[in-house]
Amino acid sequence: MKVLVPVKRVVDFNVKVRVKSDGTGVELANVKMSMNPFDEIAVEEALRLKEAGKATEVVVVSIGPAQASETIRTGLAMGADRGILVKAEGHVEPLAVAKLLKAVAEAEKPGLIILGKQAIDDDSNQTGQMLAALLGWPQATFASKLEVEGSDFKVTREVDGGLQTVKLKGPAIVTTDLRLNEPRYASLPNIMKAKKKPIDDKNASDYGVDLTPHLEVLKTAEPAGRKAGVKVKDVAELVSKLKTEAGVL
Amino acid sequence: MTTLLIAEHDNASIKDATNKALTAAAALGADVHVLVAGENAKAAADAAARLSGVKKVLLADNAAYAHDLAEPLAALIVSLASSYDAFVAPATSRFKNVMPRVAALLDVMQVSEIIKVVSSDTFERPIYAGNAIQTVKSKDAKKVITVRTSTFAATGEGGSAPVENAAAAADPGLSSFLGEEVAKSDRPELTSAKIIVSGGRAMQSRENFAKYIEPLADKLGAGVGASRAAVDAGYAPNDWQVGQTGKVVAPELYVAIGISGAIQHLAGMKDSKVIVAINKDEDAPIFQVADYGLVADLYQAVPELTEALGKLGK
Ligand SMILES: Cc1cc2nc3c(=O)[nH]c(=O)nc-3n(C[C@H](O)[C@H](O)[C@H](O)COP(=O)(O)OP(=O)(O)OC[C@H]3O[C@@H](n4cnc5c(N)ncnc54)[C@H](O)[C@@H]3O)c2cc1C
Ligand SMILES: Cc1cc2nc3c(=O)[nH]c(=O)nc-3n(C[C@H](O)[C@H](O)[C@H](O)COP(=O)(O)OP(=O)(O)OC[C@H]3O[C@@H](n4cnc5c(N)ncnc54)[C@H](O)[C@@H]3O)c2cc1C
Repeated sequence: MKVLVPVKRVVDFNVKVRVKSDGTGVELANVKMSMNPFDEIAVEEALRLKEAGKATEVVVVSIGPAQASETIRTGLAMGADRGILVKAEGHVEPLAVAKLLKAVAEAEKPGLIILGKQAIDDDSNQTGQMLAALLGWPQATFASKLEVEGSDFKVTREVDGGLQTVKLKGPAIVTTDLRLNEPRYASLPNIMKAKKKPIDDKNASDYGVDLTPHLEVLKTAEPAGRKAGVKVKDVAELVSKLKTEAGVL
Repeated sequence: MTTLLIAEHDNASIKDATNKALTAAAALGADVHVLVAGENAKAAADAAARLSGVKKVLLADNAAYAHDLAEPLAALIVSLASSYDAFVAPATSRFKNVMPRVAALLDVMQVSEIIKVVSSDTFERPIYAGNAIQTVKSKDAKKVITVRTSTFAATGEGGSAPVENAAAAADPGLSSFLGEEVAKSDRPELTSAKIIVSGGRAMQSRENFAKYIEPLADKLGAGVGASRAAVDAGYAPNDWQVGQTGKVVAPELYVAIGISGAIQHLAGMKDSKVIVAINKDEDAPIFQVADYGLVADLYQAVPELTEALGKLGK
């Protein structure tokens, strides 16, 4: 079974982004970019399946500007076998990403596609579900445990009230939650080896997918700020302030 | 123009998330119908019919909708699509799972986790863990929207809408339900709790959560939350996680105990009305958003606080 893992290049989770003063977006110049953390978890899970003899090949794919190849290299350095870069400039919405991934999936015929549950920049939490819909495949989002059963999958999902376990008929889509695994770091020898692994260069136009955005971003603004309050000296003062000043007790 | 609100419910009653999403749905300006999909869910449908302003309730009562499987529920919503211009649901885990599937089947872009309805096609939504607010206009003829419920007031009762049965759609049969582990708790649910007490990595163990955080929560009648670090370490169950990638809450009072205040945690609680932080590090970033900060060792301060509240008759 081949496993396909879509990986997204995003602003590193440690960076606190700033809104541009003209309201056209957030400041992305000279900001540290990394692989979306949920996608690292997805790559890790695919590698573990391969190491357990359940998967034969792990292919990472990214849609984005030329620099997204760095994100693919990160996946290759972790241990993925090869990469596919689909070049697309500007605003590519989850629906268009899902359409491009569908085309890639039709060419690659994976038995499983593992995505992140959400990208930490746009926080849309859509792409995996959309891809599942377009392919007509089952989906298990927010996975905290994944088991392969022949060509089917048993997946435990993190849901509002606790955990839910479902069975999916393969081929299937799984999106990762934080507790699925702890991704490995790429070792130096593996980073060197990754430089020689193949990356297939494609263009979004190769797939005939319409990338015109359905959503128009009118403006991007700073959220309403919150001011630091006061420090209280002890528990007694805290209780008294909560009671009389804040009125929440 | 009609809007279909898809209800969060437990078959017996409607969840508070539905009342809040209804406020957003009504703000679109069209009539609102409510879809209740479940098994033996008549009581929930009747409760939906009592919500103020609802014009009609559709009840899809079928075993296929018993367990929140995305594929049959998406097929059901799509089967109703021709009668509606907008599909609105609260951004609970059930609808985060199903609504993008609906959107893709309708070939439209979902607008995720809106915090404000500007007009029938324009919405505000947070991006980058709430560090920026985007105003987006949807050009799609049909809108698919999920609602961040913490920013909308709940619509109350006062209606008496008719309840009609909706036919089940063909089940694609792609997935099946195997089981669930749902914690039974008498505490309020995080997303509707008026008060929340949360613990972080500093709690060090599940036992300490039970010994320090939970008694304080019980005194306050509060829900219990946790940071990701506490959940990852196994001190607290996953459904307690508050944050960018957990639950987003906005209670009257949020008490953060032994939590540093990482951006990802703040994203889930900074809209709380009053924030209290107890942390032994006076430079912890949590103090930058806290209304009342107490620099102290939690193992001393929390029992003291629990006791002081007891004396207040809590
Ligand atoms: C140069 C550039 C500029 C952009 N500017 C904007 C902008 O200003 N505003 C805006 O709204 N959007 C912009 N986008 C698009 C945006 O970054 C996302 O690709 C798109 O909106 C998907 O949303 P999401 O990542 O939140 O999806 P989610 O549904 O949250 O993503 C979930 C998962 O889907 C997969 N995935 C998502 N995107 C990709 C991808 N591109 N390649 C491979 N896998 C992927 C990953 O596994 C990810 O974990 C831009 C993209 C590029 C390349
Ligand atoms: C993709 C991604 C998603 C994430 N999503 C989330 C999310 O949804 N929610 C979330 O919470 N985090 C999330 N995080 C993690 C986040 O970045 C932080 O790592 C996490 O919030 C830290 O948890 P903490 O504050 O409990 O631990 P720490 O940062 O370790 O803080 C512990 C605090 O306890 C204090 N302390 C220690 N001992 C005591 C004592 N005896 N008395 C009083 N105070 C004490 C310390 O001073 C410190 O400030 C995410 C991270 C990533 C990469």
